[in-house]
Amino acid sequence: MSTTLGNAWFPAPIFTASGCASSGKELAQFFPLKDVGAIVTKSVMSKPRHGRPTPRMAETPSGMLNSIGLQGPGMDAFLANDVPWLLEQKARVVISIAGETIEEYATLARKLRSVSGISAVEVNISCPNVENRGLVFACDPDASRRVIDGVRKTIGGELPIIAKLSPDVTNLPEIARGVVDAGADALALINTVLGMVINVDTMKPHLGGKTGGLSGPAIKPVAVRAIYQVHAALPQVPILGMGGVASGRDAFELILAGASAVSVGTASFGNPSALIKIQNELRDILTAKGFATLQQAIGYAHREETA
Amino acid sequence: MGSINKNAVQQSATIISNKRIGSYHQILISVGEIVKHCRPGNFVAISVGGDSSKMILRRAFAISRVSENSQYGGSMELIVAPHGSGSKWLCSLPEGSEIDIVAPLGTAFGIPTEPISALLIGGGYGSAPLFGLADVLKVRNCKVDMLLGASVGAKIYAPLEGKRSVNSLKIYTEDGSMGEKGRVTESLLEIVANRNIDVIYSCGPMGMLRAITELVAPTGVIHQCAVEESMACGIGICMTCVLPVENEDGQVQMLRSCIDGPVMDGSKVQWSLVGQVPEVLS
Repeated sequence: MSTTLGNAWFPAPIFTASGCASSGKELAQFFPLKDVGAIVTKSVMSKPRHGRPTPRMAETPSGMLNSIGLQGPGMDAFLANDVPWLLEQKARVVISIAGETIEEYATLARKLRSVSGISAVEVNISCPNVENRGLVFACDPDASRRVIDGVRKTIGGELPIIAKLSPDVTNLPEIARGVVDAGADALALINTVLGMVINVDTMKPHLGGKTGGLSGPAIKPVAVRAIYQVHAALPQVPILGMGGVASGRDAFELILAGASAVSVGTASFGNPSALIKIQNELRDILTAKGFATLQQAIGYAHREETA
Repeated sequence: MGSINKNAVQQSATIISNKRIGSYHQILISVGEIVKHCRPGNFVAISVGGDSSKMILRRAFAISRVSENSQYGGSMELIVAPHGSGSKWLCSLPEGSEIDIVAPLGTAFGIPTEPISALLIGGGYGSAPLFGLADVLKVRNCKVDMLLGASVGAKIYAPLEGKRSVNSLKIYTEDGSMGEKGRVTESLLEIVANRNIDVIYSCGPMGMLRAITELVAPTGVIHQCAVEESMACGIGICMTCVLPVENEDGQVQMLRSCIDGPVMDGSKVQWSLVGQVPEVLS
């Protein structure tokens, strides 16, 4: 079940999703991190950050809203403390970065140049939990391109660049094509879907940050659609798929749509060993459906049947 | 394996009994070996709703007490308020039902090595872990006094057998339907002074924990409180249950109440900042 994203090779196709595995230490109590494809870290910014006020969470039907706002220790502390530990575990590490400006992304990418042992960088240009919706780079084709262009100029060719996109756009393939033209080696689809819950007792938005990102099985059809559309438009570009995957069948569905690897996020909240369960179920399904390799199944839903 | 929650396991457990007590359910589950690692203050995260449920997140409950020598080989007691759809589902389960648990999680109450005077304060079902704590303190020859409070008498949880380790128990209800009318904070400072209290252990609503912290701040009494914040995962990966807490350098950090809590030093929690964002770190 090995897979590749750009020139990065992974022994297994199930990854954590950024923002859903913290530093990795928390999940290591439940399974060896090296047993899954990769640990995608939480998105790291240049400086330490408190994130958004509580309440930060609301459970919704088959899903949840989160409003964390990229709380984290900042890149320097992260590289000093968290990354060496992950590499000691022999885990494959994909570092997710997030910036407030186009320049910040390039600065963050530059700091990764001296870090050996990491597999790829995920450029999170689509976190919905920022103060200003105008700062969601992935909602703007031009801003998306400029962020990826800045990262490419810094580390292009050294580390595969995975651009994480938002489904909350009118023309996702157009944005995807833009970031690929700018130098993205792969795409991560999808980030959470912007949502809101109003507390009917207080009769005000429930989350401290008012809006939040919807995740969980509720958004899986959105993920499948997004991956399918982008794979149809850009069949050569590898996709790290994610969105509501809670079983091997779900992961298989994203792979059929065009994903080369699948991240599991919210499912880990309800089941700390979800990644292992999903990876084992996926292996069984691939065998049961007659696929000798994972590669054969990628994008299989796009085939044209000849009558 | 990991350094966080190093004794936590995910396993299935069987419901031994499920009894209604006042407004709550006392649920006893057979959990086996893990009771050896459960300490007062730790909590358990339970899957709710069954496999096809639309509820995707675990529910966290304080472990009320554990028994190693039960006929079930290790059992855990929970006191559950059937409040939301997840806790209602759990309370509806019959004996013999299998549930999926992750435990033990979080920090535990610090147990003194000296025979101190301890005051245990519980609000509503927050009293649940305090009886197990009282047993442990009693074994260490501590003097244990207890104050329980709730809005109404039906929301006081105070089992008869739980009182054996308690020197005195005083109950307050806001409507006066049980014990004294009022709140646990009513005569707190007099009690602390008259009984030479060294440490307060508390569990209950955040408003109560804050009020206790503010009242005892001038006295120098240590206040270990078990906080309650809504959690999505209970194991430290979702970052939703954070509280502003002052660290050793005097800086305020957003700490996870599932990993750095639920038991925290009340004097370090920045109660006035809960629900806000502290100034951006530089």
